[in-house]
Amino acid sequence: MQDIILFFQNNWGEFLVKVWEHLYISLIAGMLGILVAVPLGIVLTRFKRGASFVMGVLSVIQTFPSFAILAFFIPLLGVGKVPAIVALFLYSVLPILRNTYTGVRAVDPNLLEAGKGMGMTVLERIWHVELPLAIPVIMAGIRLSIVYLIGWATLAAFIGAGGLGDYIFSGLNNYQPELILVGAIPVTIIALLVDLLLGKVEIGVTPKAIRKIKEA
Amino acid sequence: MLTFDHVSKVYEGGKKAVNDLSLHFEKGEFICFIGPSGCGKTTTMKMINRLIEPTSGQILINGEDIMKKDPVKLRREIGYVIQQIGLLPHMTIQENITLVLKLLKWPEDKRKARAQELLKLVDMTPDYLERYPHELSGGQQQRIGVLRALAADQPLILMDEPFGALDPITRDALQDEFKKLQQKLGKTIVFVTHDMDEAIKLADRIVIMRDGQLVQCDTPDEILRNPADEFVEDFIGKDRLVQARPNIQAVEQIMSRTPVTITPDKTLQEAIQLMKERRVDSLLVVDETNLLLGYVDIESIDRNRKKFQLVGDITEKSFLKVEQQALVRNTVRQILKRGVKYVPVIDEEGRLVGIVTRASLVDIVYDSIWGEEDTVQ
Repeated sequence: MQDIILFFQNNWGEFLVKVWEHLYISLIAGMLGILVAVPLGIVLTRFKRGASFVMGVLSVIQTFPSFAILAFFIPLLGVGKVPAIVALFLYSVLPILRNTYTGVRAVDPNLLEAGKGMGMTVLERIWHVELPLAIPVIMAGIRLSIVYLIGWATLAAFIGAGGLGDYIFSGLNNYQPELILVGAIPVTIIALLVDLLLGKVEIGVTPKAIRKIKEA
Repeated sequence: MLTFDHVSKVYEGGKKAVNDLSLHFEKGEFICFIGPSGCGKTTTMKMINRLIEPTSGQILINGEDIMKKDPVKLRREIGYVIQQIGLLPHMTIQENITLVLKLLKWPEDKRKARAQELLKLVDMTPDYLERYPHELSGGQQQRIGVLRALAADQPLILMDEPFGALDPITRDALQDEFKKLQQKLGKTIVFVTHDMDEAIKLADRIVIMRDGQLVQCDTPDEILRNPADEFVEDFIGKDRLVQARPNIQAVEQIMSRTPVTITPDKTLQEAIQLMKERRVDSLLVVDETNLLLGYVDIESIDRNRKKFQLVGDITEKSFLKVEQQALVRNTVRQILKRGVKYVPVIDEEGRLVGIVTRASLVDIVYDSIWGEEDTVQ
């Protein structure tokens, strides 16, 4: 315990940089995941046959060991933050995609027919009907994905991307248990905080009436 | 206003849903499409707003071929009401009513004013505007569904069994309300149903279909009097054909002209006396000018005789009444459906002119069964 306090006294600035790197890597990857997976999920609801194929491929990717993926990107993209972000992004896609697909598919087809019959364009239906109704499910996928990413981002240190994983790896290499804790505990705390925050975002973006119906 | 010119629809796989349909409807007509399920009535309706596209033939609205119009624009000019109501659960009633207006980019304040105006049409108060669909009853929800289709003042409205999922009493009330609304606003309605009672009650003309073919298109009276073939006869049902006997039409022809009445200033004692004399269990309450105010029955007198003195205190004011011009078959249906014992008949000013009782029904049935045999002989 003493060692940990001493460590913080001496390395406070460096620690903050690592936290920042960690958040940066995982959140950028998560953002990219959202930007790709949400639209792709909606598109897939229009092509039911293509959907199972894409979903299958992504499930296979999900089973690759994360170390292997990270190592795989070294010859392609070198070391550093970029390959780490790309690898984490690949992991983030599936949960978001699957939830977007499921959420949008679950929207009552009668509502879509009513919308179409009233003269909504495809985009208007997505924006006014499908997204508002599917948003709780989509957000659940985003939360899950980003919390995972924050955990997995520790591995990014392995290919020189920085982050709190640096402490864990040097702790393991030099047999300094306190360094491992200095890396691992903040990762957990960050993951919990981000999850909490995203929970608030989820409430914020869910339409009021949908929240009420769910609570009832 | 609306013309079908040799319209056919063949689905993938060769199933002919609609076969060479030609029809023409005028502005302001209330048209019911009816037939057994799978007869092509819904397909026909959905071709009008291009939710389904015809395989061959032309559909014209005001002389314009709908296939030459942008489908989104076309649909915004046609109201659409579905059986499942289809209100968006995350939007307030106001947002739901004015959805098409939003798509048409009306400003917010104009939309709000329009929503209030529309809500008045169905006797709902403005405070409903801020509520959500799940807070409303099924009947109220479908009223909103209908208003949504009226919002942009579309001249043509398509309705796909809109009252089918409602309970019988609510359905009856909504049918009455909607028929009045339609006449007031002069809309052209294409209404799909499988309920013959509903079609007879609402339609100016009924289109009967079977296996994608037009069987008969005529006014309810004409169809009841001269069914085109055995299929139509079966579909209408024998009992309705009896009701449609041409010699009995308006309620005034069958009503009794001597209902037992009382004025509200009489005492309950006098009311009971009168009931005893005339051997009846309820009295119609009228004022000096014979304006119908309500009724009192023996149960309510019995319940209230210690608390109240006068007939006026316990007069029940909500009840079923019909105008003397009302059709007999509608009145008969109301009596049977609502299970009431009698219906008072009023003139245009609301004055009591007669009463139709269950005994009058016996006369009708007697007349139609034995009367018919007489004419045969």
